[in-house]
Amino acid sequence: MKNLFATRWGIIGVGAFIGVIAALLQYWGNPGNMGICVACFVRDITGALGLHRAGVVQYLRPEIIGFVMGSLVAALIFKEFRPRGGSAPIIRFLLGAFAMIGALVFLGCPWRAMLRLAGGDWNAVPGLIGLVAGIWIGTRFLKNGYNLGRTHKFPAGAGWIMPAFACGFFLLLLIYPQVEGKDQSGVLFYSLKGPGAMHAPLLVSTIVGLLIGFIAQRSRFCTMGAFRDLILFKQIHLFSGVIALIIFAFITNLVVKQFHPGFAGQPVAHTMHVWNALGMVLAGLAFALAGGCPGRQLFLSGEGDTDAAIFVIGMVAGAAFAHNFGLASSPTGIGPHGLAAVVIGLAVCAVIGFTMKQK
Amino acid sequence: MKTTVDARGLSCPQPVLMTLDEIKKNTADEILVLVDTDASKENVSRAAQSRGWQVARITEEDDTYRLELKKG
Repeated sequence: MKNLFATRWGIIGVGAFIGVIAALLQYWGNPGNMGICVACFVRDITGALGLHRAGVVQYLRPEIIGFVMGSLVAALIFKEFRPRGGSAPIIRFLLGAFAMIGALVFLGCPWRAMLRLAGGDWNAVPGLIGLVAGIWIGTRFLKNGYNLGRTHKFPAGAGWIMPAFACGFFLLLLIYPQVEGKDQSGVLFYSLKGPGAMHAPLLVSTIVGLLIGFIAQRSRFCTMGAFRDLILFKQIHLFSGVIALIIFAFITNLVVKQFHPGFAGQPVAHTMHVWNALGMVLAGLAFALAGGCPGRQLFLSGEGDTDAAIFVIGMVAGAAFAHNFGLASSPTGIGPHGLAAVVIGLAVCAVIGFTMKQK
Repeated sequence: MKTTVDARGLSCPQPVLMTLDEIKKNTADEILVLVDTDASKENVSRAAQSRGWQVARITEEDDTYRLELKKG
């Protein structure tokens, strides 16, 4: 049976859908230009679990849970659920952690970089330039034989671990819902102000997450792969999906009056252009070396890829370090140790890029 | 001549890189590519077709897709 989502019009449709729905999520309550931000949302989940205690970014984002479960459902229906792993897990953990740190210096993953652009936040431009530069460096390593080695088939149980985490977290959300005016409910932390306090209704976020998880699994939508394939193979398949995302998010923003062009005063953004770019160089390189953007890693973890799951857990660790160590930026600029973190991250990625070569 | 590219267990973009390397060598007119995920199957097919090759046949056995590519 032909996979319609994997055709040119399929991927364009998926990108367009994500663009419209992400802009609408902002309209329905998510933070500005952050309808969907995989890095920010994983960071918010890290805060909700108390693994970092930055009070303004604590919310167990249901969109992320939906991404994993939607992908799982699609993989089961179309018989693509294949538990696998064993391809340099510790390296993938490191790449996940540093990808997150780079993204939090910029304040957004590639998904949000595009949504920021579509919302008129011109600070996203140096971020996107940095992203493409980081991915370009990654393709040089790939051309020189960089390779994390083969995965192996795992027993079914291994593939169910991430979906089980996702279900468990969703149950926590239901058991310990936010209490008006309180920053804690049972074991979960919530934000009283800041982006963590802004979210669409639980049911809406969950359904949107499931839908995107489903269609992204079918279409292999990937914001890193889009640029990588363009640079490496001159192939525009995935790229056409992200262009559709930007255009349709832009149109939706115009319709619901969310388009506010400019540099200063943009939501959850800073204007230090060099660091916006360098943060995304680090993130782009780490995504390229790991073989997928943070969204794609979630979708892969839903279809049984435990290496992608390790990358996601690395992102959680990276988010905890980013906020506990003052590496993450804020609207006033980069954190006290953001500079050191980007330099160390780039060095670690370079060592990984040069040394990981296997048959 | 016929050659084989075994990309089982490798994820994007490795299977495509290996297939295109083989196409670039220009020594074979038939390439058998082995992959084990649907994403790789689609990516290799797309890449081969963009280089003017045909996907003559795809068969599946024991979690492995066998893609028979022929020079266009």
